[in-house]
Amino acid sequence: MLEIRNLQAKAGDREILRGINLTVKPGEVHAIMGPNGSGKSTLAGVLAGRDSYEVTGGSVTFLGHDLLELDPEERAREGVFLAFQYPVEIPGVGNMYFLRAALNAIRKHRGEEELDAVDFLNLARKKMKLLEMDDSLINRSVNEGFSGGEKKRNEIFQMAVLEPKLAILDETDSGLDIDALKIVSQGVNALRDKDRGIILVTHYQRLLNYIVPDFVHVLSGGRIVKSGGKELALELEDKGYAWIDDTVAV
Amino acid sequence: MAEVKNTAEHQQAYKERYAALGRGAAAHWPAPVQQRRAEAWQAFGALGYPTTRDEDWQQTNLAPLTHIAFSEGRGQVAPELQPRLQGHPFFDLGGPRLVFVNGVFSAELSALENCPAGVTLLSLNEALASGRPTAAAVARHADFQKQALTALNTALFQDGALIEIGRRAVVPAPLQIVYVSTGDQASCASFPRTLIVAAPESQATIVETYLGFGMERSFTNAVTEIVAEANAWVEHCRVQQEGPGAIHISAVQTYQTRDSRLSTHSLALGGELVRNGVNAVLDDEGAEVVLNGLYVLAGQQHCDNHTVLDHAKPNCRSREYYKGILDDQSSSAFNGLILVRKDAQHTDAIQSNKNLILSADATANTRPQLEIYADDVRCTHGATVGQIDAEMLFYMRSRGVGEQDARHLLTYAFANDVLQRIQSTAVRERLEAALFARWNEAQAQRAGQAAKL
Repeated sequence: MLEIRNLQAKAGDREILRGINLTVKPGEVHAIMGPNGSGKSTLAGVLAGRDSYEVTGGSVTFLGHDLLELDPEERAREGVFLAFQYPVEIPGVGNMYFLRAALNAIRKHRGEEELDAVDFLNLARKKMKLLEMDDSLINRSVNEGFSGGEKKRNEIFQMAVLEPKLAILDETDSGLDIDALKIVSQGVNALRDKDRGIILVTHYQRLLNYIVPDFVHVLSGGRIVKSGGKELALELEDKGYAWIDDTVAV
Repeated sequence: MAEVKNTAEHQQAYKERYAALGRGAAAHWPAPVQQRRAEAWQAFGALGYPTTRDEDWQQTNLAPLTHIAFSEGRGQVAPELQPRLQGHPFFDLGGPRLVFVNGVFSAELSALENCPAGVTLLSLNEALASGRPTAAAVARHADFQKQALTALNTALFQDGALIEIGRRAVVPAPLQIVYVSTGDQASCASFPRTLIVAAPESQATIVETYLGFGMERSFTNAVTEIVAEANAWVEHCRVQQEGPGAIHISAVQTYQTRDSRLSTHSLALGGELVRNGVNAVLDDEGAEVVLNGLYVLAGQQHCDNHTVLDHAKPNCRSREYYKGILDDQSSSAFNGLILVRKDAQHTDAIQSNKNLILSADATANTRPQLEIYADDVRCTHGATVGQIDAEMLFYMRSRGVGEQDARHLLTYAFANDVLQRIQSTAVRERLEAALFARWNEAQAQRAGQAAKL
């Protein structure tokens, strides 16, 4: 479903991605690991259409579309979802109002009927249970005053409502305590599906105990330097990222 | 036509108007009111129009005003404008209303039959002519000795509204005053005058709306005085949505006594050159006032808000929240003074002015000021000028919300707390609708322009 070919990107004058190749098929879960500054979040941002990066080469094809040609909202409507590393607080915009606007924009694009407030709330409540979310979130502004754990749970909740075809989780596990990590993982696992691709961007191996990936890739210096099965994560855990840097001739 | 080369013709027009009024309606008013009228005319003569050299008028140039010989407008709404007026969301809020067209009272458009017990809505001219005691308080609070435009209104007003809320009267539906500047005749000037008196322990919501439809140059110079007596509760909404050629200058003077509560909301949406002054006096202990404002500007609109919170006595509380949304080449000024007099110990005052700039060509000026002569007070103030947050915008788009919709939502979110402070649901909902209608219109216009390119 996703085909990344020799993707290069920079932020300002700094080259960050130096030729990424990655193929994700429906139903697969890919973990992308790597040290800080290796380009993990840049890759996630470029896929979602963040305009602070400039793509300088390569291509990304998503379900037959040239993904890089699409605006962020068009990507979302085609089924791409990015769970933010730092979810944004939007005071004054209701959490549910926002999510309904998003869902209806996607449904409209698919030619489906838009949901009214009542139907939407019924759907939302079901998904909230999955993430063990408090009812009070219904009346609050988007992420405003949420704890770190609540924000990450809210990301996965949004994902559960929007049901994307490709979900990219950017360090969703960072800063979570073990209980929150379990709830978030449970939410993600419930969304694993034969038609859905998932990319987990993470710095820590711990997440992969709860969401077991099909493939693990190691990103370093803007390239994928090693790919393997889930056992690669364990190897990283034992040896650290220094081992990767040593094995790669830069 | 009405364009004049020097201001002599302009002044002559006012002089005639002043004299005619003195021979006509004003001749029947109580002597003290006639006296104030004469003093105000003299004061205006001495003060003249303020210029940008005046500290309080640096950001707003009244030159366009002095080059036009304004005349009186017809006191009628042309048949083709009737549907637009009567269909306007702020025309009928379900309660009683007084309607004035180009400054002239319209019995036909007013609705006074369902006036609740304990409440009086009257044409001010009628109230003055019939010697109603409350009406004689007009011009007692708004300063016409130093404020030139208040002096001009005091000298030239021919009519306006008197609202009295009797002792312990509690009024459920909003009481309305609608001032229509039709804008379909060239160079009409009107001088609406409003007096609102809330007796002790009364409670009411008053909505004062300024509407206009035509494209012509018009001038509205309005003064509103509000007196909230002991333990009264007053919500006052001032909605200004005049036409694109309107010059609108207003002063709201509030005067509060012990334990009274007053909120005055200022919603500035229309007009080309707008100046809204609010001068709030807290003159006895336990009084609280909220000044809540929103100005939404586009095109070449200019809006200047000038507020003074005058803490004259101890243990009073004031809250001021003004927000501006500026698009295209619009500009705004905010000048807010918190004045804490020597005796006003334990004053609790908060003031904030925030501006959201939607275009590279829009400018917002803001100047919060404190002047404190008491030593045991809590006063804070702050001002910001910012743009739509790029990260918020990206977050919303990344969920599928289109860019324009996301911008509208974020703009609305910026204004939201100002709207939520309005307690009258009828007013709040209509305002929300008016704002979204306005943004959709602007979007349609841009789409139209883009299509032409």
